[in-house]
Amino acid sequence: MAVELDDLTEAERKALAQCRHAVLGIERPLRLDCGVDLGPYRVAYQTYGTLNPDKSNAVLICHALTLDQFVAEQHPVTGKEGWWESLVGPGKVIDPAHYFVICVNVLGGCMGTTGPLAREPASGAPWNLRFPVVTVGDMVRAQAALLDHLGIPDLFCVIGGSMGGMQVLEWAASYPARVFSAVPIACAARHSAQNIAFHEVGRQAIMADPEWKGGDYRLHQTAPARGLAVARMTAHITYLSEQALQRKFGRALQDRNALGFGFDADFQVESYLRYQGASFVDRFDANSYLYITRAMDYFDLAGAHGGVLANAFRGTPTRYCLMSFTSDWLFPTRESREIVHALNAAAANVSFVEVESDKGHDAFLLEEPEMFRTLAGFLKGAGTVRGLKDVS
Amino acid sequence: MNAAIRVDLQLIADMVNPTTRALDVGCGDGALLAYLVNFKRVDARGMELSQAGVNACVANGLSVIQGDADADLRDYPDDAFDYVILSQTLQATREPREVLRQMLRVGKRAIVSFPNFAHWQVRLRLVFGGRMPETPSLPFKWYDTPNIHLCSIDDFRALCRDMGVRIERAIVLDRASKPINLPPLLANLLGEQAVFMLRRD
Repeated sequence: MAVELDDLTEAERKALAQCRHAVLGIERPLRLDCGVDLGPYRVAYQTYGTLNPDKSNAVLICHALTLDQFVAEQHPVTGKEGWWESLVGPGKVIDPAHYFVICVNVLGGCMGTTGPLAREPASGAPWNLRFPVVTVGDMVRAQAALLDHLGIPDLFCVIGGSMGGMQVLEWAASYPARVFSAVPIACAARHSAQNIAFHEVGRQAIMADPEWKGGDYRLHQTAPARGLAVARMTAHITYLSEQALQRKFGRALQDRNALGFGFDADFQVESYLRYQGASFVDRFDANSYLYITRAMDYFDLAGAHGGVLANAFRGTPTRYCLMSFTSDWLFPTRESREIVHALNAAAANVSFVEVESDKGHDAFLLEEPEMFRTLAGFLKGAGTVRGLKDVS
Repeated sequence: MNAAIRVDLQLIADMVNPTTRALDVGCGDGALLAYLVNFKRVDARGMELSQAGVNACVANGLSVIQGDADADLRDYPDDAFDYVILSQTLQATREPREVLRQMLRVGKRAIVSFPNFAHWQVRLRLVFGGRMPETPSLPFKWYDTPNIHLCSIDDFRALCRDMGVRIERAIVLDRASKPINLPPLLANLLGEQAVFMLRRD
């Protein structure tokens, strides 16, 4: 049975033309945490490198909130370079010459994987806000289903930052035997009240946009671009540190020598945020933003294990390497430390590095030599234990 | 892979059976950890106070977290390791007795090395020099030393007795970190440092 591939957005069409996809859940639908059975559903993913004969070199990269499967190549929609191209590629820390790298657009996403943009199989009508609310657990189960489909028994490493880190933790907790090593970066075992609060501001901005139309904007051939842009602007502030903003912009004025005594973008920082918001709406879907932020809000690994985080990792065979950044106030170091404490309580094999950086949460996406060195050393150590050859 | 490590670390490494599980508390640059992993196939983990030390260890492929003996040993479950190692760090902990207790809860055995504060040079400097001792194994001024709970070899034995801890091995080292075989009274005078292997009785 084919999934409707028509009625794709322009972005989805470009994305699917440049990556792989699989239609899953045909015989056995995906039971979502909310109780709904989803199927069939499409999973868009990208791979780099080749799976070795032992099938022991697969590395799954889990993407963050608004990123996607285009890790290490020019993006089909934005034309920008891959979001982790500094880390993944020939001669880089994660070299496709050694690893089979997979990255899956998350469930609820808008780059080809089924989400609110898709059509409900039963009625053929667009899901929009009737799409079931998905969780990080659901995203991970969809990825596991894809690995089954690809015949990959287990993963040498699962790596991700921010929401990607949440997926890494979920992977390790839900599929311990399939995760040889795990690298959750700049993340937490549960979304904090402050982070939920920021997401709520973003969602309210989208829903307050008259063009949102209860989520049915595509039927009305419109888009809540203003609302989505404001959501992005708010979120973007949380990705930066105060020092980074101050250093980058200070109180510098934009294209003028004096204050304008009006509400144009007088300050460079305003202009920058407006640009960030405006460019975001070209590549991201507003409903998808609602769903994925919700998935992060719902993430609470301890809550899912009787309120004790260590229970999520009892008897875990996985090797862990956690990283945080000193100036990250969205996922501060203490959140990573809490995970480390829980892993210690489970006597897990764990490394934890706090990287000195003034770039805030965004640091995990940037050139951070200390992060690269740490990851390279960890992968090398894990690769030796795994018996991977030629891993330098 | 460099096989040469400090003599006192080598002594500790020799006490650890291959393919066991070990936690090195205060693992520094990870020299002992790397030796245990590479030459004895030990599932070795480290804990280190300095973040720079941690980062260097992890970049070398070792499993290390930032933490300190006083605060972070209590996270681990009972019997998580075959050995918990504390090398030249006990004297810098806030609660050495509690640290020892935690080590022997978390590990089946504890290996502890420390400088002997009853070494003759230390005694001479204090008694005749009238100044706080500074020696090669205690190279700090009184006002900037991290060593807040110094003890002698006999003090340590007394603590073990008091705690009901069995001393499986005790090696006393001279200035060149060579083991010396002497009766306890002389060992407490001539030993510059000591390495103890302990287990719960």
